Amino acid sequence: MTTTNPNPPVPAAKPDAKPKKITKAEQRAIDAKNRLSSPWATAVAIIIAVLWTVPTFGLFVTSFRPAAEIRTSGWWTFFANPAITTENYVDVFTRGTNSFGSAFVNTVVITLPSVMIPITLALLAAYAFAWMEFPGRNALFVAVFALQIVPIQITLIPLLTQYNNWGITGSFWPVWLSHTIFALPLAIFMLHNFMMDIPRSLIEAARVDGAGHVKIFFQVLFPLLVPAIAAFGIYQFLWVWNDLLVGLVFGSSPDVSPLTVRLADLTGTRGSDWHILSAGAFIAMVVPVAVFLGLQRYFVRGMLGGAVKG
Amino acid sequence: MDFLLGADSSAQKLAVMVVAILLFVVVMTALLLVSELPKMPRWLVIIAFLGPTVLLIIFGLVYPAISTILGSFKSGNQQEWVGIENYTAVFTNPELRTVLLNTALWVVLVPLLSTVFGLVYAVIVDRSPFEKQAKALVFLPMAISMVGAGIIWKFVYDYKPTERPQTGLMNQILVWLGFETQQFLLNWPSNTLFLIAVMVWIQSGFAMTILSAAIKAIPDDIIEAAKLDGASQMRMFASVTVPSIRPALVVVLTTISMTTLKVFDIVYSMTGGNFRTSIVANEFYIQSFRTGQRGIGATLAVLLFVIIVPLVVYNIRQMKLSEEQR
Repeated sequence: MTTTNPNPPVPAAKPDAKPKKITKAEQRAIDAKNRLSSPWATAVAIIIAVLWTVPTFGLFVTSFRPAAEIRTSGWWTFFANPAITTENYVDVFTRGTNSFGSAFVNTVVITLPSVMIPITLALLAAYAFAWMEFPGRNALFVAVFALQIVPIQITLIPLLTQYNNWGITGSFWPVWLSHTIFALPLAIFMLHNFMMDIPRSLIEAARVDGAGHVKIFFQVLFPLLVPAIAAFGIYQFLWVWNDLLVGLVFGSSPDVSPLTVRLADLTGTRGSDWHILSAGAFIAMVVPVAVFLGLQRYFVRGMLGGAVKG
Repeated sequence: MDFLLGADSSAQKLAVMVVAILLFVVVMTALLLVSELPKMPRWLVIIAFLGPTVLLIIFGLVYPAISTILGSFKSGNQQEWVGIENYTAVFTNPELRTVLLNTALWVVLVPLLSTVFGLVYAVIVDRSPFEKQAKALVFLPMAISMVGAGIIWKFVYDYKPTERPQTGLMNQILVWLGFETQQFLLNWPSNTLFLIAVMVWIQSGFAMTILSAAIKAIPDDIIEAAKLDGASQMRMFASVTVPSIRPALVVVLTTISMTTLKVFDIVYSMTGGNFRTSIVANEFYIQSFRTGQRGIGATLAVLLFVIIVPLVVYNIRQMKLSEEQR
C-alpha cells in the first residue's frame, strides 16, 4: 500500500497532477458531456436516479400526512390535496412506555460506547502489531485478520449463554461488549494499514529520544491517525446505529432495545399503520442521513473499507 | 448500583453510559501508565496494548465459533450428540431446501444486479457536471438501516384490492396500466425477487462508488488510443472500460455476495420469513431463537461460515492482484 487509503479493494483515483494531463482531463470532461447528451444514456441515468429516490420520498411525504388520508389515498395525491400534520411524529415519539423517544435514547446509549471502546482497543492493538517486536506477532496478526470472516451469527448463542451465566442480560452491557468484539478484527486491520503508512523514521526518532511506546502512541502517532479514526469511527457509528441483529439478540428488553428493534417490532404488530411506521422509520433514519450528508467523504471511505464486516 | 444493570429512565441510561465509558478509560489509562513505569518488564507494555483485545476476541469470537460448530452436531436442545443429522435435515427437509434455494437466488442475483446498475450509472454520470449530487442519490440507501429500507419498500409494495384507491406505488402503476393489483410479497418465488430488489437498491451505491473510483483510475493514454482508433462509445465500454476495471468488478461482486449471505434484516422486517421467503441468515434466527431448534440453527450458522470462506479467500487474492497491477 503506497497511499494512505486503508482499503485494499479500492483502486483510488489518481490525481491528475502533471500539468500536461490537465488538457486531457478537460477533454474527458467534454467527452463525458457528449456521452450524457446521448439521449439514451440520459434517460437511463434519470430512470435509475428516480427509482433510487422515489420510494424514500414517498414514505417521507406519507409521514407528514394525516392518518385517515394515508389509509384512503396514495401519497402522490398529496400534491393535489396537501394536508400536513406533525401528529404522526409526536405520536410515535411520545406515546407509551415503548415510545420511539426512549428507543432513541437507547440507540444513543448503545452507540457511543460501541464506537469509542473498539476504536481505542483496536488502535492500541494495531500499534502493537505495527511497531512492537514480540514472538508470534505475525501469526497473531494473521489470526486476527482471518477472524474478520467469522459471521456474527455463529457467535450469538454461546455469547448469550455466557451473558446469562453472568446475569447481565437485559442491560446494556452485553450489547456494548458484543459490538466491541464484532468490530475489533476489522478495526485492527484497517488501522494497522494506516499505521504502516507512517514513516518508520518518525517512530525511530522518537525512540532514540527515549520515548516509551505509550508516549509515542499518544504524542507522535495519534495526531497522524485522526483521519483514519474518523473514517472508521463513522463507519462503526452507522453500523451500530443501523444494526438489527445484535440489538435483537442481546437488547430485546424494552429498556435496552434500539430504534431498529422497535421498528422491526412495529412492522410485525402494526404492519398496516403506515402513519406510525413512516414516522418511526424517519426518526430512525434522520441521524444516519445527517451524518451521511455532513461527512460524506469520511463516510464513503469507511464504508468501502468495512464492506466485508458482519 | 442496581441501575448499572437495570436502568429504566433516560437519565439513568445516560448515566450508565458515562459510567461505562469512564470505567473503560480508567482501566486502560491505569494499564498503560503502569506498563510505562521504569523497571517494569518489557512484556507488560505488550500486554497493556494487546491483552484486552486478545481476551475479547478469544471470548467473543474463537470460543463461540468452536462451541457453535460442536453445537451443530447436537440435538435441538443441545443435550445429546446426533452426528450429522442436522446437516442431513438441512439438505433434505423441503422447507429448508427452499431456504437454500432462496439463498442461492439472493447470492447470485444481488451482486450481479447491483453491479450492473452501479456500473451503468457510474459510467453515465462520470465527469458530468452534477456527478457528485447524482452519486449521492444512489449512495444514500447505504446510509439508512436495512429495517428502514424494508419499510420504505414494503410501502411501495402495499396491497389494496383493484377497485379501492391504492396506497402502494407499484400497485397504483399496475392500476394505471390497466392490470389487477398484486400481493407482491405473498407468492413464491416472485416474492423472493421483490425482496432481492430491496437489497439491490441498497448495494448498488456501494458498487457504483468502487467502480466509479476504478473508472477514474483508467490511464488517459488507453482511452486516447481507443479514441484514435475510432472506437464507438459502446465499444469503448466493452473493450476498454470493463477490462480495465476487471479486478474492481471482481472485488465488488465477491464483497456484495458476502454481505448478502449475512443479511437478515430485510427478510425479517418485510415478511418475517413467511411465505417461503426465508434465507439462511434469517432461518438461523428463527430456528435458534423462535422454534428452539438450536442444533439446526447452529448448522445454518456453520453453513454460512463454510460458504463465506472460499469467497473471502478469492476476494483477498483478487485484492492482492489489483494492488500489484497498480
